[in-house]
Amino acid sequence: MYPSRFRYEAARSLDQAVRLLRDGGDEAKVLAGGQSLIPMMKLRFASPELLVDINNIPGLDYHHADPDGSIHVGALCRHADLEHSGLLQSRQPTMAAAAPLIADPLVRNRGTLVGSLCHADPQGDWASVVLALGGSIVAHGPDGRRTIPAADFVLGPFENALAHDEIAVEAIIPAPRGAPAGGYLKLERRVGDFATAGVAVAIETDGAMVTRAGIALTGVGGSTIKATAAEAALTGRPLTAETIAEAGRLAAEAAQPKSDHRGSATYKRHIVRTFVVRILGRIEGTQERAA
Amino acid sequence: MTQALDEIKIGGMGASRKRVEDNRFIRGKGNYTDDIHLPGMLHMEILRSPVAHARITRIDASKAWEIPGVHLVLTGEMMATRNLAWMPTLSYDTQAVLATDKVRFQGQEVACVIADDPYIAKDACEAIEIDYEPLPVVVNPMQAGEPDAPIIRDDKENQAGNVIYDWEVGDAEGTDRAFEQADVVSRLQLHYPRSHPSPIECCGSIADFNRSTSKLTVYMTTQAPHIIRAAVALVAELPEHMIRIISPDIGGGFGNKVPVYPGYVCSILASILLERPVKWIEDKTGNLISTGFARDVYLDGELALRRDGKILGMRMRTLADHGAFFSDAQPSKFKIGLMHSTFGCYDVPVAHLAARGLYTNKAPGGVAYRCSFRVTEAMFFQERMMHAAANDLGMDQAEFRRINLVRDDQFPHRTPLGFLLDSGQYGACLELGLKAVGYEDFLRQKEEARKNGRLLGIGISTMSEPLGAGNSREYDILGIKMFDSAEIRVHMTGKALLRTGARGQGQGHETTWAQIVAHELGIPADDVTVEEGDTDTAPFGMGTYASRSTPVAGAAIAMVCRKVRAKARKLAAHLLEVSEEDIEWELGRFYVRSAPDRGVTIQECAMAAYSNMPDGMEPGLENNAYYDPPNLTWPFACYIVTVEVDPETGVWDVLNMVAVDDCGVRINPMIVEGQIMGGLTEAFAMSSMQFITFDSEGNCIGSNYMDYLIPTSWETPGFELHGEVVTPCPHHPIGAKGVGECAAVGGPAAFVNAVMDALAGTGVRNIDMPLLPDRVWEAITERHDVSGAPPVRSDG
Ligand SMILES: Cc1cc2nc3c(=O)[nH]c(=O)nc-3n(C[C@H](O)[C@H](O)[C@H](O)COP(=O)(O)OP(=O)(O)OC[C@H]3O[C@@H](n4cnc5c(N)ncnc54)[C@H](O)[C@@H]3O)c2cc1C
Repeated sequence: MYPSRFRYEAARSLDQAVRLLRDGGDEAKVLAGGQSLIPMMKLRFASPELLVDINNIPGLDYHHADPDGSIHVGALCRHADLEHSGLLQSRQPTMAAAAPLIADPLVRNRGTLVGSLCHADPQGDWASVVLALGGSIVAHGPDGRRTIPAADFVLGPFENALAHDEIAVEAIIPAPRGAPAGGYLKLERRVGDFATAGVAVAIETDGAMVTRAGIALTGVGGSTIKATAAEAALTGRPLTAETIAEAGRLAAEAAQPKSDHRGSATYKRHIVRTFVVRILGRIEGTQERAA
Repeated sequence: MTQALDEIKIGGMGASRKRVEDNRFIRGKGNYTDDIHLPGMLHMEILRSPVAHARITRIDASKAWEIPGVHLVLTGEMMATRNLAWMPTLSYDTQAVLATDKVRFQGQEVACVIADDPYIAKDACEAIEIDYEPLPVVVNPMQAGEPDAPIIRDDKENQAGNVIYDWEVGDAEGTDRAFEQADVVSRLQLHYPRSHPSPIECCGSIADFNRSTSKLTVYMTTQAPHIIRAAVALVAELPEHMIRIISPDIGGGFGNKVPVYPGYVCSILASILLERPVKWIEDKTGNLISTGFARDVYLDGELALRRDGKILGMRMRTLADHGAFFSDAQPSKFKIGLMHSTFGCYDVPVAHLAARGLYTNKAPGGVAYRCSFRVTEAMFFQERMMHAAANDLGMDQAEFRRINLVRDDQFPHRTPLGFLLDSGQYGACLELGLKAVGYEDFLRQKEEARKNGRLLGIGISTMSEPLGAGNSREYDILGIKMFDSAEIRVHMTGKALLRTGARGQGQGHETTWAQIVAHELGIPADDVTVEEGDTDTAPFGMGTYASRSTPVAGAAIAMVCRKVRAKARKLAAHLLEVSEEDIEWELGRFYVRSAPDRGVTIQECAMAAYSNMPDGMEPGLENNAYYDPPNLTWPFACYIVTVEVDPETGVWDVLNMVAVDDCGVRINPMIVEGQIMGGLTEAFAMSSMQFITFDSEGNCIGSNYMDYLIPTSWETPGFELHGEVVTPCPHHPIGAKGVGECAAVGGPAAFVNAVMDALAGTGVRNIDMPLLPDRVWEAITERHDVSGAPPVRSDG
């Protein structure tokens, strides 16, 4: 597999990277973990003239929680860092559940969460997770920084809201106001496979009451789908067999799957419902045990 | 008296000796085709057809020629002027090297570029302009057989439709009579989907034609270098002694590296034209979409049964999809390989098999992917049919097999379709497997679990497959008889060099062959170098596939060692000053019968062969042997799988898998177990995820490792192996039967039967492989069979 000819620049600072991108115009691309971009180039699905490698820029490989409780993930934080993160395990159950389900260990060692959001693959797992959590993306460009809500970041399949000379520098997960609970379930045919269907659930509770609900779906539409009706059906209610079943039904309705070699549309819809019910059922089970 | 050598200590028969080849492989020091760099070497890339069936109306390569660094652009037209646009296949058909008139499958080779580096070659491929005029596409043999189907092989003069052959074997009338007398007739129809051997190393070659010596050297990924030499001599019309095929380390073959591919031919022609070495290394997509696939057969059969469970007769029809060219690698007498080995291990009085093969617009080349010529399909059908028939009779799966398995006292057993099985202890293997898995217990657990809505299942597969083609009376490829060979040189100091006509690709030949020498001559295995794969040095052989190396080349090694031992005996008599009749042999040493303390070692004999031979004896201690086996070998296996199916998602998990393999004498038990584990992994792969399918336009779905799924260590279950039952092959010099493929052949049915058992009670009789979760879920919820090639669904 031999990509087309391209130029390669290793940027040492964000400003240098932005300059390179500006000079490169539409034909320049940021190289982060390279786990989506390099395969596309080898298959000649993508033939950028210039690669701007951001891997040597210091200070982007972090993930941490701010004093206010928000979680920040830098552009060079790898999937593997998140998989092994004590912070996520203790404070962010939806992200902790998703990290080990991304690709395989090799890809996780290189690939980045921010790169995955930028890639905007409808089958990317992080997009649903960040959408369910109500996160946002910080873009760094020639005129400084702006914050873009995840819901506005993805414009369509493989299309994001960045200008060609902007770099996504971090993803932000806002601080929860209630007790966070959630999970991520993904049906894959094999380790390293993209999702046949995936479901991210992130809720916050006050006592038995759900105060905020985020549900987003992977791989069952042209983009990541936010199941807003299902979210509304949970908000302000306790988790019960009835509310859970209702959320499952509405999430399945929100899905717009296509039949393909991963499964029929009917099946994918059914999996969405099953997974929503399973995640919420587990949360309900934990609440009952705690009570 | 001296102590006889400890055979295990010298790495002889039965020693679990570590694989000597791994020393270089795990250090990254293997020498694969792509590792070879010759001075002045150029690089070739192939341009492939994006469509499955179309007439080529224009090829314009002028822009490609203009790119700096491009040395040669080959098209079908140019090949035709040298009479190389078409080449013969291994099944007496022809195959396009580069397309001239039409393209007949997606991925077909249309042009080649030879350039300074592969990047330039690839750029130049993209610069070639081709106009395709689309033709209707045929993607399965049912379509191909329809009266108004487009004729794919219009290049062949007498080809009226798409049928390649109709072939039958057995007693049709007798079988009909058996069915008339049956209490119960059980029928099953299924599809064994197309898969691909997909070795990690793709195909490739470096052709190096030297004008000054007129010698052509080709380094290439081939499991059968001597067959390639013959083919090159015939196709390229080069003198055979001027062709040297070197098969360096091979990164997996599994049958994929038996045929001749267009890339090899083009690299050879390019090297001859340019007088420079030309390297071609296929990419993964090229390998998956154009080289030898496996299976893709529709099977439909019936059993005539007596109420008490006895099988009275079997009949079966097969419809095979061979793709655009009939380029199967198989013995020429048998059109659908050894499909008629089906039901060999059962005592079936009468049987009939009718086989039809058709052309379609898909990649050609039904190779034996880890199976001895289509026996995978034969055994899969057999064991799925057995499962369905036991259910139809309302009979226990184990009991139904007990009633019908060939008994120990029935050997040699002649099958109704013409094979002779020499030996086995089938019942003992089955009972051992049942005990190991805890059969009765599991049946009880299953009933308990069902009460709580959990679906557990158990599946059995018992089978004996024919290995070790041939004997030369019945088995040949393109007329070349399927024997094999070995040659040994024992050096002065008792060390040895062994060469065979086989070509290992991961089987561990360098390790096990030395163990046979140790067993026969008492030379420690560490003192024996094994070499294969260079036609200028190795004796002629048919190569390695179809689990034939131990049965055939392995036997030749034993025989050549015995020849050397016979000469060493004469040397020993000379050294000990007694007559040959007074000499006895024990491992590694000759001694005087009446005075066992007086003896000489094999090493001392070797020294004498070069320094102190008797008058009149030819010096040296070396020989060769060609071995033509009297018959095939028939190992037996019993595989049992237990599973749990999640009714909500259709996902199934393997709880346990037990494998009992009786492959005769085990030369290196560790390597045998490795082969079985690899085979079981592939069996799991077939049953769960690994397949290639096509959409209605003939686009290949499965053209890379994101779509063509090979299980990783993550999802592959653990296996419990049993080797306690050993029935030596009575006609093999060391009693071995071969084992490389048994598990891949017999394993898939065990997995599928287990899932089908979990679904018992839903009325579902069959789900075709692979048992992807959505197919299992569909069967459970809709309560119907899910059959046929996994559909590439359009939007639903
Ligand atoms: C075998 C395999 C299996 C996979 N399986 C999964 C899976 O199951 N689930 C899943 O979600 N993903 C999967 N992936 C994709 C993987 O998660 C990638 O790592 C991820 O999609 C992209 O992240 P990256 O850092 O590798 O980005 P890159 O490949 O470097 O870049 C991807 C795209 O985003 C742009 N980009 C990247 N970073 C930035 C930035 N900071 N600012 C602006 N633009 C940027 C690039 O220009 C490029 O267009 C798989 C990949 C492989 C190779």
